[in-house]
Amino acid sequence: MAEKISYKDIFFNPFSKNNPVIVQILGICSCLAVTAKLEPAIVMGLSVIAVLAFANVIISLIRKTIPTNIRIIVQLVVVAALVIIVNQLLLAYAYDVALQLSVFIGLIITNCILMGRLEAFAMGNKPWPAFLDGVGNGVGYALILIIVAFFRELLGSGTLLGFQVIPQCFYDAGYANNGLMILPPMALIVVACVIWVHRARNKELQENS
Amino acid sequence: MINKQSNVYTIVYIVVMVLIVGTALAFTAMALRDRQQENKNADKMSQILQSVHLTTDRATVVEEFNKYITRQIVLNDKGEELQGKDAFDIDVAAEVKKPVSERLLPVYVCELPGKGTKYIIPMSGMGLWGPIWGYISFNADGSTIYGAVFRHEGETPGLGAEIAKPAFSDQFDNKTVIKDNTLIPVEVVKKGLKPEGNADYVDGISGGTITSKGVSAMLNECLTPYKSFLEGLASGSATAETQPQQTH
Repeated sequence: MAEKISYKDIFFNPFSKNNPVIVQILGICSCLAVTAKLEPAIVMGLSVIAVLAFANVIISLIRKTIPTNIRIIVQLVVVAALVIIVNQLLLAYAYDVALQLSVFIGLIITNCILMGRLEAFAMGNKPWPAFLDGVGNGVGYALILIIVAFFRELLGSGTLLGFQVIPQCFYDAGYANNGLMILPPMALIVVACVIWVHRARNKELQENS
Repeated sequence: MINKQSNVYTIVYIVVMVLIVGTALAFTAMALRDRQQENKNADKMSQILQSVHLTTDRATVVEEFNKYITRQIVLNDKGEELQGKDAFDIDVAAEVKKPVSERLLPVYVCELPGKGTKYIIPMSGMGLWGPIWGYISFNADGSTIYGAVFRHEGETPGLGAEIAKPAFSDQFDNKTVIKDNTLIPVEVVKKGLKPEGNADYVDGISGGTITSKGVSAMLNECLTPYKSFLEGLASGSATAETQPQQTH
């Protein structure tokens, strides 16, 4: 390999400079779906971190045995199996959250971040860097989910993690929750605002056109 | 050196992979099944108890359920009690699809200290995006609603999903469904409107019209088969345990 990236970069790049959501614009759909409240966003983030880390390691371990003509299928099977296991675990140990997330856990399978990382990284790297890459990208995804969910729950419901944070006296003075924040379109707008702030602070990411 | 591009290699690879993954998934599902079923039952129990305004947490729900729900009975549409059926195991969503005369109708009898006997009836219907269901409890007179609870699978948060909140379901308290000895289920109507006829009504959800209509249809569809039972309660000649002594 000509240019070797350090483990530190593999792990930390996806947090900001190469964030899967706000730089690569992957996994936007689930970002809309699960960010109306903070709690499901956190669980979704953790689920994606777990699935991505394990899938990356497994694919990396068997990368030399995978026949190239069916490699996408192999990747899908591994991801699908992991997602089903996560879903089963949630149903057994976090039933309420599993109900809230309902189909979106299943839809982790179609999350572009997963296939992207498996194809682009795990297929060509050793298990340990693949693990770091998986966790790093998972955390990068989870961070954005949590930021978006924070604003949507705070402004849309006046609560955080289900606890009332906007005091009653605000409501008495005429403040009202913004119902629009709960609807999916506002997730896109919040994501766009996050991207805006992020680009403004990282000049090298700005496109010149 | 094995040829990784050969068909034999590919097929063997797939077969082995499917076997391994299949075994792993089957094992996970079997290991967790009991716990998942427990969660499902506990969730159902807590919804049933919520319909009589009892809130429980996961740790105590089974205990509370067994304490307050003293009897579970299954009726047919003539209000006769059927023996040998378990009310809790009946899939209401499947029953609703059958013709009324073939339906199994579960009733949970609940004894609340100081508040008398309540009869809880399960319901199931369709909202905008998917199934909705709920439980509604009646006082011993078979007409006055004591409480109701609604749940949904995937209604829009902030709109249709509001049916699951007490702000909506508490409106049902103290409404009556029996007028002049006939059953007229409560209707859900657009805010500010009144239904035709003399049905009691509650306000629907603004922006959740189809879900609200679904609730209304569900009440109608699921309460009507209990006509004989509720009217029987109303005229004081229900099942043996609640029957007043009229021999003198």
